[in-house]
Amino acid sequence: MNADDMAGALAQAFPDHPDQLSLLHARLAAAAQQDGVLDVAYRVIDSPVGPLLLAATEQGLIRVAFALEGHDAVLQSLADKVSPRILSAPGRLDAAAREIDEYFAGRRHTFGLPLDWRLSAGFRRTVLGHLPEIGYGHTASYTAVAQLAGSPKAVRAVGTACATNPLPVVVPCHRVVRADGSMGGYRGGPEAKRALLTLEEAAA
Amino acid sequence: MTGKPPFESVVSAHGSTVLRVCRAVLGPADADDAWSETFLSALKAYPDLPADANVEAWLVTIAHRKAIDVTRAAARRAIPVAEAPETPSAVSGALGGRAPDGQAPGGWGRDPEGGGLVADGDLADALTRLPAKQKQAVAYHYLAGLPYADIAAILGGTAEAARRAAADGIARLRRSYPGAGAGRAAEPRTPGRATGRPAAPRTTSKGASP
Repeated sequence: MNADDMAGALAQAFPDHPDQLSLLHARLAAAAQQDGVLDVAYRVIDSPVGPLLLAATEQGLIRVAFALEGHDAVLQSLADKVSPRILSAPGRLDAAAREIDEYFAGRRHTFGLPLDWRLSAGFRRTVLGHLPEIGYGHTASYTAVAQLAGSPKAVRAVGTACATNPLPVVVPCHRVVRADGSMGGYRGGPEAKRALLTLEEAAA
Repeated sequence: MTGKPPFESVVSAHGSTVLRVCRAVLGPADADDAWSETFLSALKAYPDLPADANVEAWLVTIAHRKAIDVTRAAARRAIPVAEAPETPSAVSGALGGRAPDGQAPGGWGRDPEGGGLVADGDLADALTRLPAKQKQAVAYHYLAGLPYADIAAILGGTAEAARRAAADGIARLRRSYPGAGAGRAAEPRTPGRATGRPAAPRTTSKGASP
C-alpha cells in the first residue's frame, strides 16, 4: 500500500479554486465589515509615483505608503500598532482612491477625507496638522513650518515630523522644503517629491 | 517588535487548504458556508491567538466545528434518517456482507463493497461519503497535512486511533476507487493471486534453488 500515491490522487481530486477563493475573500471582508471586526482595510492603487498602499480604520484613512517603504512591512507595522485584523478590502478605500486619483489628474487641490491620526502623536501630530495651511502649488521651509506650529526653534523636529508622516500625499509634507530652496528628504524618495511639486506647479 | 502577521496573510496562506478540507468533509454545496464561517470566526479570535500557535491546526479545528454546525443545520432541514452518519458502529472492524439493502454506509468500518459507494468514480465524492471519522482523519492528514497528534486533539481519542481511522479511510477509498494512486498498479503481485489460486505460497519460487 502506498499512501503517498493516495495523497497525490486526493490532492488532484481537490484542486485549487482561485476564482472561488477571491469570491469567498470578498464575502469575508463584507461580513467582517458588517460585524465591526475589520479593524484595518487596505488596497493598493496605481499612481504616477508608483503603487500606493492605502489603509483605513473605521475612523478614516490611517496610512498612505509608497512602494519604497515596502508594503508588507507597512502592513506588519499596522498589525503591530493598530490591530492584526487586517484584510484587503477595497470598498472602504473607494473615496480615498477617488480623491487621490483626482489629485494626480490635477483636478483636486485639497482632500476632504476623514483621517485617523492614531499613528502620529504630540508635536509631530501638531506639525502635520498645520501642513494643509501651505496651499496647493506652494512650498514652505522647515523653519517656516516650525513657526506655524508655534515652536520656531524646533526646525529639526519639523523634519522628523515630515519624515514620519503616516499620510503622505494627503497631508502635504512634500510642500516642506529646505530654506535654500532645495527639496529635502521624502518618505517616497526624492523623485516622488519632485513629481508631486512639479504636478502642483503645473496644475495650480 | 514584530508580532502576529496581518490576517490577510493568514487567508492567503491557508484559504485554499481550508476550502479543500471543507469540500472534503461537507461536499461542494456546503463548503463555501463553512469556509466563510471559519474565517469570520478566526478573524474575530485572531488577536487572542498565541503568537506561537500552529495557525493551520487552529483553522482546521474551527473548520471542523463549523462543518459539524453546517451538517446539523442541514440535518434539521432534511427528513430525519434512520441512522445518524456520525454514529460509529459498535464493532469497528465489522465485515461486510451484513450491509443492509442499499442503505448509505454509516458507521466505522462497514464494508462498502457492493454498496455502490462510488457510482461515478469520483474520488472527491468517494471521500465525502466515507464515515465521518475516517473522512475527517483523511482530510486533516492528507489534505491539510496535520500530524495525527493534532488530529486526535480535534477528533478526540488518541493519535493512534486517528492514524487508524485515516488508514481505514484510505483503504476503503482504495477499494472503492481502484483508479486512484498509480502505486496500486505498481504493487508487486504474486502469480498466485493473479491467477486466482486459493493461496499464495509463503515462499515464492523466485530465487529459490531446487
